[in-house]
Amino acid sequence: MSSTKYILGLFEDPDEMMHGIDTLQKNSVPIYDVYTPMPIHGIEKKLGIKDSRLGYAAFMFGCLGGTTIFSMAYYMLVQDWPMNIGGKPAFAIPDFVPITFEWTVLFTAFGMVATFFYATHLFPGRTPRVMDYRATDDRFVIAIDAKGNIPHDDITNLLKQAGAVEVKHNDRKYVSYE
Amino acid sequence: MASHSESIIREPLITGKDITYAKITNDVLRPVENMPGKAWWIGFTVASLGACLWVFAVSYTFWYGIGSWGLNKTVGWAWDITGFVWWVGIGHAGTLISAILLLFRQNWRNSINRSAEAMTIFAVICAATYVVSHMGRPWMAYWPLPLPNQFGSLWVNFNSPLVWDVFAISTYFSVSLVFWYTGLLPDLATIRDRATGIRRKIYSVLSFGWTGSVKTWQRFETVCLILAGISTPLVLSVHTIVSMDFATSLEPGWHTTIFPPYFVAGAIFSGFAMVQTLLLVTRKVLGLENYITMFHIEAMNKIILLTGSIVGVAYLTEFFIAYYSGGEYEQYTFLNRFIGPYWWAGCMMYGCNVLMTQLMWFKKIRTNIPASWVLSIVVNIGMWFERFVIIVVSLHRDYLTSSWAMFYPTWVDVSIFIGSIGLFFTMFLLFIRVLPSIAMAEVKLILKSSSEQAKKKLIEHGHLDGEQVEFYKESLTKFDSVEIADYQKA
Repeated sequence: MSSTKYILGLFEDPDEMMHGIDTLQKNSVPIYDVYTPMPIHGIEKKLGIKDSRLGYAAFMFGCLGGTTIFSMAYYMLVQDWPMNIGGKPAFAIPDFVPITFEWTVLFTAFGMVATFFYATHLFPGRTPRVMDYRATDDRFVIAIDAKGNIPHDDITNLLKQAGAVEVKHNDRKYVSYE
Repeated sequence: MASHSESIIREPLITGKDITYAKITNDVLRPVENMPGKAWWIGFTVASLGACLWVFAVSYTFWYGIGSWGLNKTVGWAWDITGFVWWVGIGHAGTLISAILLLFRQNWRNSINRSAEAMTIFAVICAATYVVSHMGRPWMAYWPLPLPNQFGSLWVNFNSPLVWDVFAISTYFSVSLVFWYTGLLPDLATIRDRATGIRRKIYSVLSFGWTGSVKTWQRFETVCLILAGISTPLVLSVHTIVSMDFATSLEPGWHTTIFPPYFVAGAIFSGFAMVQTLLLVTRKVLGLENYITMFHIEAMNKIILLTGSIVGVAYLTEFFIAYYSGGEYEQYTFLNRFIGPYWWAGCMMYGCNVLMTQLMWFKKIRTNIPASWVLSIVVNIGMWFERFVIIVVSLHRDYLTSSWAMFYPTWVDVSIFIGSIGLFFTMFLLFIRVLPSIAMAEVKLILKSSSEQAKKKLIEHGHLDGEQVEFYKESLTKFDSVEIADYQKA
């Protein structure tokens, strides 16, 4: 029984990596994940990743922010302590537009980014789960779960044929732990 | 897709031979991973001396009060608000580059957005220090916030542009910070994965555990796009609201409906000038000529020319409306800018901002690095004088002739201003040492499509329109980082 946990195909070119994904999928080898130093467009379709729903979250947070500050302004200046400013109405809607806009933007930004961090498990001090150190530099890495995907040599050959500059058989899932 | 090759007539965004993904990382991280050179130490020493001066002058202000400034009964607002508006305006270019140019798919922003956004954040910090220090009693700085209090509760007045300003500036600062930091995560992970020991630990915490998996990147791009979408109206709203601090008053010279667009154009104008000032030096000192190319410099100069001309049109409009309004106070205020005792400030404002930037029409000047640098400083000076003229010159001769006065800054006024520049440069110099000054992931994104080497390969392949190739070669002659000789042989 081999001790290999993950097979990594390292490519130096994003197009060759895309070719690698196609080759693997043609041969029914499931891909665990792909790590790249930059966003590669079109890859999420190949791997069947659904569109992000962060836009909806952003919209909801924006609505929340706008409503919050508008209600606050209404309560403070109309309900709780209406001021007589030259006899003008206390409920001066146009004057509330700037602050409503600002808090809409504020809540959208913070709410959406917090959701993004939550959904992708990013937070300060999280142990990086790195499979290959060069994936953030100049290597485009396709990771394949070795368990069940045998024979490993065939996968190695497929990756090499597709243009991988290096194929690694890692005994540990992540190399970043001490 | 990464392999998409763009039209040959577009100028390259990355120059140089044998640029690989690894080389981009190495080039950008050189200042972060190595000890600083002599130039950096000299700059840092000067800048931090300035920052110390700032600390001293602001502390002096807090100890002795606003009386230590040169304000008087007539001119109750002077260098403090001038400095504030100047810094906030400078900040605007960063958001313009990171947000508006992203929405317009201007790929050249990729190599300048990081440092421009950093500049935004530092400029807004400098502006915020003025807000706090001009209060005189900074321990009451929370008063403009709508917090329940012991006075009734007496709430803040949401009808006041100054309260809008508190909301606008704080939102602008925090959203810019979030935008900047989110964009930094992939690059922080790059530093982490190359570092060892304690550095790896620090960057590991800072990079939030970024790995660059498919899903993270996909969501990251969505987040950046939406942040750009909301930052665009945000940046326009910020200087609009800053201008309303003046425009909603009844002061001649301030009470102008053209102020919002005029201030926004001026902000972008001065911001790009500051980006130019910083980047022309940075690219040379850090050896980033291949990434911040002549194309970037010329493009920024074109924006400076455009916004400078918009500002010029706004000036003319102001003069015309003052004449056309028939209001004698309004007319006098504008005439006073030329014939009053502050005529020299008016000349600096109109001369530096409108006349000098018209030089940018000449391609020779636009693509000349020393000339661009000098002009960017001229714009910075001119925009400072614009705010000085609007604020002090409008105030110093009010409706009552007996209370006319001049404004004389004290050493504290001058020290706070010079000190804030020192503070700004201290932060910027620290930034280029600890964080990547170019967004590496974004530059890597355009390497295969828009680099000089990719275009050269296309030319060598043939199959291109000869006329277009000639046009392309011609456009390369202005670049200081391209070996023209290579093309003459081919």
